[in-house]
Amino acid sequence: MMRRLCLIMALSLVLIACGNDPASDTNSQPVGLMAEPVPFEPTESGRPPLSALAAEQIVHRGNAEEPQTLDPHLAQGVPAATILRDLFEGLATTEPDGRIVPGSAAHWDISRDGLVYTFYIDQDSRWSNGESLTAHDFVWSWKRVVDPATGASSARMLAPVSNAEAILAGEMSVDALGVAALSESSFQVTLESPTPYFLGLLTHPTTYPVHRPSLEAYGAAHVRPGQLVSNGAYSLSDWQVRAFIELVRNPHYRQADEVIVERVLYYPFEDEGTEFNRFRAGDLHWTYQVPSNQFRWLQANMSEALQVTPWFGTYFFGFNLQQPPFEGNLALRQALNLAIDRNILTSRVTRFGEIPTYSLIPPGLPDYTPFVPEEAAWTQAEREAESRRLYARAGYSQDDPLTVELRYNSSENHRRVAVAVAAMWKQVLGVQTRLINEEFRVFLQNRAMGRVTEVFRAGWIGDYQDAFTFLELFHSEHARNDSGYNNPGYDRLLEQIAAERIPALRRNLMVEAERMLLADQVVLPTFVYVSKRLVNPRLKGWQENVMDHHLTRHMYLLKARSSSPVPDEVQESAEDG
Amino acid sequence: MLTYSLKRLASAVPTLLLLITVAFFLIRIAPGGPFDSERALPPEIEANLAAKYHLDEPLVVQYARYLWQIVRFDFGPSFHYLDWSINDLIAQGAPVSFTLGALALLLALLIGVPVGAWAALRQNRASDYTVMSVAMIGISIPNFVMAPLLILLFAVILGWLPAGGWAFEPSRMVLPVITLALPMIAYIARITRGSMIEVLHSSFIRTARAKGMPEKEVLINHALRPALLPVISYLGPAAAGILTGSVVVERIFTIPGIGSYFVQGALNRDYTLVMGVVILYGVLIIAFNFLVDLLYAWLDPRIRYDEASA
Repeated sequence: MMRRLCLIMALSLVLIACGNDPASDTNSQPVGLMAEPVPFEPTESGRPPLSALAAEQIVHRGNAEEPQTLDPHLAQGVPAATILRDLFEGLATTEPDGRIVPGSAAHWDISRDGLVYTFYIDQDSRWSNGESLTAHDFVWSWKRVVDPATGASSARMLAPVSNAEAILAGEMSVDALGVAALSESSFQVTLESPTPYFLGLLTHPTTYPVHRPSLEAYGAAHVRPGQLVSNGAYSLSDWQVRAFIELVRNPHYRQADEVIVERVLYYPFEDEGTEFNRFRAGDLHWTYQVPSNQFRWLQANMSEALQVTPWFGTYFFGFNLQQPPFEGNLALRQALNLAIDRNILTSRVTRFGEIPTYSLIPPGLPDYTPFVPEEAAWTQAEREAESRRLYARAGYSQDDPLTVELRYNSSENHRRVAVAVAAMWKQVLGVQTRLINEEFRVFLQNRAMGRVTEVFRAGWIGDYQDAFTFLELFHSEHARNDSGYNNPGYDRLLEQIAAERIPALRRNLMVEAERMLLADQVVLPTFVYVSKRLVNPRLKGWQENVMDHHLTRHMYLLKARSSSPVPDEVQESAEDG
Repeated sequence: MLTYSLKRLASAVPTLLLLITVAFFLIRIAPGGPFDSERALPPEIEANLAAKYHLDEPLVVQYARYLWQIVRFDFGPSFHYLDWSINDLIAQGAPVSFTLGALALLLALLIGVPVGAWAALRQNRASDYTVMSVAMIGISIPNFVMAPLLILLFAVILGWLPAGGWAFEPSRMVLPVITLALPMIAYIARITRGSMIEVLHSSFIRTARAKGMPEKEVLINHALRPALLPVISYLGPAAAGILTGSVVVERIFTIPGIGSYFVQGALNRDYTLVMGVVILYGVLIIAFNFLVDLLYAWLDPRIRYDEASA
């Protein structure tokens, strides 16, 4: 009796557990989740006609972690920046395809020497309380950013502005910053040296204006709902910590008429599987990520929602150049680099369409083509043969192998990459690798101190659309130069790049810098990141772009095609669409 | 009783102080600080942030400052959620965790106790085995397995309930409350059954039955009351645990309770947040243990606290 009961219960558990395999319930999508959108003829402005739009324009977006703050000057990280791009607007903003276009500033002049920018604030630019946005708002806001007392996390974004570095270092007064309000509507910025990517910086939250009267009235609480005054397409209507952040259309926004989505809700998720389930249940239109182990199932069953795009970031490993075994041992670093089969890493381990790479800087920049080292063109067999030759030259052999520590921050994805890399080193060279995983902050501290690290995981997503955002990391005095690379020639090159005004020459200098970095094998590049998410097919208006900026004001929800099952919110006929 | 209560209250102060002290210094030993990130800060800004949050002072001074704050019920600013103070965060999260926890606790008691008692009366019969095996499964399936299964079944496949998210509305509470309650139901049923069987074999039950008391009265008035004592001892700490939220359940159902703060606070080196939730948990544990002792006296006439001194 007892046994039979146990058997029945075990069986029923197995049956329930089968439900956990997404492949077993392909036909069970909630009604309307994957409903096809209606086809439509765009109007002259490229937008869909009203008749094609869903009745309710409320977008639900998954957004990874809870933002630390909604103060644009103090915020850090991609999830916070995504919300801030909806709430605020810089002098420049981006089109759906990532192109930089005028934002709060209607247009601007750049002096011949590239040092003085004059921005003319759009007459229609207003704060969400209806007050006009002025040049003084920008002067005050930018001074706040570089004031060390503010503690702005990305204050270095404004480093190109005249005297910013000295003010940040506490050597100069905030008033010395190279910004001025020539009139109510003209804002002038003087730069230290011509900075071709300067306009790109103006889309970063650090350069957004903040509303001085609210800040002075409420202090740190100025970002609470009901108190936050912003100048973007949306304003903050509700914020339940770790539950959701709700934004509503800002009627005072300069292009309020063109904003279609009425409300957008951002939900933080601590777990990618939870976000995935919420999307499948029809609660979300847009996810921040997708579970990394579900790629095949997603491709087979949700291909119309799965969006994978190359991103402006590289996954690489760093060598600690300040300690043996890598200090002064170029051959050994090169041997380890050549032994890695990137194609296997991306096709078997990461599996989301990441792009194998031998360069540091990701492709996709309009004015820069990454330097490609010659080994990229070799066959893997050639690379391995060369790897073995270099390994022997470095003084190691199968009988006397290298023992090395590979350090990464605890995460299933990093672990899988590290295991694969260690296996390749073992197979090709016989290297003995000890994998060490550390909690993120312990890992960061160890990397920065450079005492216990040998090989460590690293990665970088560009802060602005320019190759310099990667190259500057390896300046001998950069705070994130965890390899301890110290090459006066390289530092000089960076200074030349910063001062160069002619785009073609500057580009050549940057290629030379990347070549130098790769020739010195400071890092071991593996692949270019991809951004991957699920998007409801009815949500349109956005486009893929390498910076992965997606502003809600460009988006709109279409009606579902009437032939397919229709969710409640869009039950009207779509025939006229 | 009053003297006893006062004594217990007085003894809570050094306990809490010890807890605060150990927690305060332990979290500071962890490598890395609250403002470390992959994008390193310029040294001047780092110094300013440290000064703003008094992290540049000697640890002992910080400790004294913190104690003085707590006395005034000010748990300080969060080092991670920069727009909020710890008081804000706990005030927003605690009602959520308390509601879920209290409902789960209630459900667990309402089902666990009767089921346990019922199984005890049918000791070693098939129905007893069935119930106890199910309970064993309830205990052994961890909630990180149970929660996704429930979501898949009721939210994704059947579409009856939301897959997560939070609002003070019944449909959003059903799945998390069940997930939280299931293992507790199982525990309570097993404990009730065990102690009920023991009580049913004791002499005062035999006496009651010999006097010809109706069986119903024997069971409810004479057997169940003392049989609940072990359940009550289990409930004290369990209630403190469940009311302060569950990391797993909050993660999986995206519930903004305070359970995740125990882990998030530590990972983010949000010193004040860690301290805040640890103190809250400590206070609840002390309070519930005290409550358990009072309940003992009420349930079992043989237990009296003040008699020796009175």
